[in-house]
Amino acid sequence: MWQYILKRLLGAIPTLLVLITISFFLIRVAPGGPFDTEKSLPPEIQANLEKKYHLDEPLYQQYLRYLGNILRGDFGPSFQYKDFTVTELIAKGFPVSLTLGGLALLLAVIIGVSLGTVAAVRQNSWVDYALMSTAMTGISIPNFVVAPLLILFFAIYLNWLPAGGWNGGHWLYLILPVLALSLRYIAYIARLMRGSMIEVLRSDYIRTARAKGLSMPKVVLKHALKPALMPVVSYLGPAAAGIITGSVVIEKIFGVPGLGRYFVQGALNRDYTLVMGVVVFIGVLIVVFNLIVDILYAVLDPKIRLQGKG
Amino acid sequence: MTNTQANHPFSTSRRLALATSALIFFLNACSRHDDQPVSVERIVVPEVRYVDGRPDPTILTEKQILRKGNGSQPQTLDPHKAEGVPSSNILRDLFEGLTGEDRNGNVIPAGAESWEISDDGLHYTFHIRRHARWSDGSPVTAADFEYGFKRSLDPATGSKYTKILSPIKNAEAVAAGTLPLDALGVKATGEHTLEIELQTPAPYFLGLLNHSSTYPMHRASVEKWGDAVAKPGHLVSNGAYVLDEMVVQSHIKLVRNRHYWDNANTIIDEVWYYPIEDQSSELKRYRAGEIDYTHEVPNNQFKWIKKYLGDELVVNPWLGIYYYGFNLTKPPFKDNLPLRQALSMAVDRKILTEKVTQFGEQPAYAFVPPGVSAGSGLYTPQAPEWASWPREKQLAEARRLYEQAGYSKTNPLTVELRYNTSENHKKIAIAVAAMWKQALGVKTRLVNEEWKVFLSNRKQKQLTQVFRAGWISDYNDPMSFLELLHSQHGINDSGYNNPHYDALLARIAAEPDAEKRRQLMEQAERLMLADQPATPLYSYVVKRLIKPYVGGVGHNIMDHHYSKDWFILKHKRKTVWLDSQGREVPAPDAADHNKSENH
Repeated sequence: MWQYILKRLLGAIPTLLVLITISFFLIRVAPGGPFDTEKSLPPEIQANLEKKYHLDEPLYQQYLRYLGNILRGDFGPSFQYKDFTVTELIAKGFPVSLTLGGLALLLAVIIGVSLGTVAAVRQNSWVDYALMSTAMTGISIPNFVVAPLLILFFAIYLNWLPAGGWNGGHWLYLILPVLALSLRYIAYIARLMRGSMIEVLRSDYIRTARAKGLSMPKVVLKHALKPALMPVVSYLGPAAAGIITGSVVIEKIFGVPGLGRYFVQGALNRDYTLVMGVVVFIGVLIVVFNLIVDILYAVLDPKIRLQGKG
Repeated sequence: MTNTQANHPFSTSRRLALATSALIFFLNACSRHDDQPVSVERIVVPEVRYVDGRPDPTILTEKQILRKGNGSQPQTLDPHKAEGVPSSNILRDLFEGLTGEDRNGNVIPAGAESWEISDDGLHYTFHIRRHARWSDGSPVTAADFEYGFKRSLDPATGSKYTKILSPIKNAEAVAAGTLPLDALGVKATGEHTLEIELQTPAPYFLGLLNHSSTYPMHRASVEKWGDAVAKPGHLVSNGAYVLDEMVVQSHIKLVRNRHYWDNANTIIDEVWYYPIEDQSSELKRYRAGEIDYTHEVPNNQFKWIKKYLGDELVVNPWLGIYYYGFNLTKPPFKDNLPLRQALSMAVDRKILTEKVTQFGEQPAYAFVPPGVSAGSGLYTPQAPEWASWPREKQLAEARRLYEQAGYSKTNPLTVELRYNTSENHKKIAIAVAAMWKQALGVKTRLVNEEWKVFLSNRKQKQLTQVFRAGWISDYNDPMSFLELLHSQHGINDSGYNNPHYDALLARIAAEPDAEKRRQLMEQAERLMLADQPATPLYSYVVKRLIKPYVGGVGHNIMDHHYSKDWFILKHKRKTVWLDSQGREVPAPDAADHNKSENH
């Protein structure tokens, strides 16, 4: 197992290198530079700023310098947020995104799996129809619509919950963004779960279990749940990386100081180091999450053995 | 939603019942016809009374905390590296320049107690306030100001505002690195005496001295922390407040500087700045009572805001101009004055401001917005003669010029109008394109580009034909607008190059007499407008919501505010009913009234 993990991680290095190389040059191709503003800077000041951040060097040299720096774990200073280094920004933003995304994911899995299971067991009943049409609505309504509605209702009309802000992650401030972020995933997971559960419930060994006289809840919990979870688990890998690295929309609407916004703002401001830092960080996260999913697979399904093939 | 509500920590049965009734109310409110009254919450505050220049303590609340929406996250709070409105708002609370401003924007003594100006307007002697202290308790000296100016102009600092300091002797050469820092015309000649030599007389110079690029800096902290000087715990400041917390994209918290010389007269204890870029999120947080003051209001919600929050909406002229530039280096606008004039005349600015921007922006025909000071008294923007013509006459003249330029209904101009991506700019561009189409038959292609791409294209002058531009001035003087069209100015993306205009600007810079200077500026503006390298559309307004319990707020064209001048009044909430016109009416019936009191 350890050998497998090591091999997978080593195998990810070329992938990351490609990712870094492409992003490094792509962001520099975009018109405009980090220090371009409406008012032109005197050329001497512009030159000084570029020198300070090594932007005056030839591109290949900047690239090599960057590779050397990230090997030492140094993502460099942010061009935009001059008081911070990229590492500091990620270190501050990631726990926020992790809390928000982790809770949303947890909520999505618990509720999504339960709803999907209930719908599958009661297949074609009104419960099924009600749940699935709600889920369909959930998938199709984007969160920039849901989030303001939640705020309007819970924060402005009822005045129970704050309309935005983070306040160090106080639980009251978490409820609405977690809810808004998870609704879509709840809906998606519920549909996935329903489909796979229906399939599992139709299989022979479930029929055998039922024939032995086991009650439906017992059959579902003991025998059907684990295999039915497989598609959900494989969906969770990329979903987790996406949800945990922050949602630009949710962060913007609720004023949450997470990682997602750095991506967009970094790109808009041509904050090369910040964009690169976030790209590398998210790249590593995706590799790790995919690995975790594969390991989970092996735990859930005895048919799968982890082999050092990657 | 029902599932998630079951998980809700508040869902006791009473709360649920309340939630249901609120939901019904909410849905009602959404589908309600316009003629039915709606309930809104109003804040009741005592009348503001001053005793010896200070607000009467009996009208103040105990907790003096001010929470302000502040646009985007400031890039930095280092005064010499900062740029943009959000950071300068905060820096005004943290630092104090040689001069300050009162609530109405008049220059008042601040870091300097008094000053003398030589007759030729080139030599300033400032007497630094004797009891001023840094937030670490050390005295603020003339040397700290000298250090501040030098640091600001030091090419190594990378300040974006070196240009506005160019009236100071040798400032440009020092910023370019061709002269040493010591050659700068700023010298501390005593512990409390600072002498500043100017290269050219600049009547607005005193007003410039509250700009962040002129703030003093605590040298020991800079030397100790280097690039990390502007962090909480590191930043030593000389203003009424000191930096306490900074969470990127969340908030910046300032607390009282106990060593501030006028601390005894400062009332607000804590100022929280929230970077909220999304205007509708900001509005929601304002409505939920989480912020007391918004940075802006959403442009597309004018009617709603006017109706329900009309009492809290503050709209004031702002020192900024919105204009469309013509690229004079390429056809069709190169050497084609009649075409530029025709397009400019065909725009109905009244419709633009009344129907599109809506918040009280003023139609602009001149390049300098109204309300700019010019030494003694206000400058008169030099609108061209046709600005006052009736609409029909403007249109007829526009058509005549259009034809003179070689175009007609059968041979229409096809033109590209470029703007940076934003709902607001888009609306204006669509309206202008429609006006051109209707009046002249011009075919306009709208092109929107992301900000940095847009700027880069504008500067290269290769692709652009007509482009959007806007300018909000850093200092209150007509020159801050006129200089934008100097042939060498970095923002002259029209490529306007008129030697007479450049020569006039040079004369203005050298002119010590305020009245003569004003006349020269008027002459220059008329000259430039006759060439119409750009067509002004409207002058900006500041538009924001301020809770009625925030006292002491003044208004000035620079939109500069100092939290130390403000205070929070005692207040309570009251529910009132409004009809479709926003007028107060009696509650429709008791049942409805009870419901409204519950939320």
